[in-house]
Amino acid sequence: MITLHINGQPRQFPAALKIADLVSELDLLGKRIAVEKNGEIVPKSQHGNVMAVDGDQLEIVVAVGGG
Amino acid sequence: MDPLVIAGKIYSSRLLVGTGKYKDFAETRAAIDAAGAEIVTVAIRRTNIGQDPNQPSLLDALPPSQFTYLPNTAGCYTADDAIRTLRLARELLDGHDLVKLEVLGDPQSLYPNVVETLRAAEVLVKDGFKVMVYTSDDPIIAKQLEDIGCVAVMPLASLIGSGMGILNPWNLQIIIDRLSVPVIVDAGVGTASDAAIAMELGCDAVLMNTAIAGARDPVLMASAMKKAVEAGREAWLAGRIAKKTYQASPSSPTSGLIGS
Repeated sequence: MITLHINGQPRQFPAALKIADLVSELDLLGKRIAVEKNGEIVPKSQHGNVMAVDGDQLEIVVAVGGG
Repeated sequence: MDPLVIAGKIYSSRLLVGTGKYKDFAETRAAIDAAGAEIVTVAIRRTNIGQDPNQPSLLDALPPSQFTYLPNTAGCYTADDAIRTLRLARELLDGHDLVKLEVLGDPQSLYPNVVETLRAAEVLVKDGFKVMVYTSDDPIIAKQLEDIGCVAVMPLASLIGSGMGILNPWNLQIIIDRLSVPVIVDAGVGTASDAAIAMELGCDAVLMNTAIAGARDPVLMASAMKKAVEAGREAWLAGRIAKKTYQASPSSPTSGLIGS
């Protein structure tokens, strides 16, 4: 088991996984989101290559109403 | 034609609006249509993991193909958080680099922390962002932000969401006179006359959210703000008469009066 910290919350996964698979796992496929891993942007073009591994800090954001 | 030019792009509306505090996305869209706004601010927030994926999103109500999105850094209190937020926004919006930088000082006043704002602006401009920056009405800081390379400087009229109107028109006037980039009053507008006064001072545009979203009838207020911004702009272009404190000037002929 690995632990990923996603938007500040710890979550368990069976093994390290690609960002693209994580996005799918979280039901965010097709949504307009942006992902940051350990303080660095993971570009959409890299979601299929970059792995989320044990202990990673991930931020997944969307656009919301604001002033 | 009297277009507003920001970072080389032409806009016909001088009213920029926020998308927060509306009852639902339908009301957001109706108010923005009534305002005639082309540039709309949005916030960047953590996604709610586990929520219904079919829930409507802001992007459905306001397609980025029809509006210029201006992602903001509302809620950021450090330069680093603001920079991270806007890098996420650029990734989210497929490389879109026009952004609204705001770094706040404290949650009670939401007054800008200009030291952190200057730091963040330097990094973001070097990183290729086109930065529209929220700041205080301090003319020296405003000029420094222009010198760093910000594409628009956006001083407050009064505190965010306060509806107190323009508290220091003299400072705004100095900023307008000294800067070459567009000066946009951002924050503090309460009603239509505040927007008109900002434009009559010579501001290039006005940005507001609460004054519209918080009105009893947001769509009607959006329409009022559109007219106020247009009226204020026309009055500024037309050139107001000088104020004459003690000298009245009759509008009707002074000769040909009966009994003379």
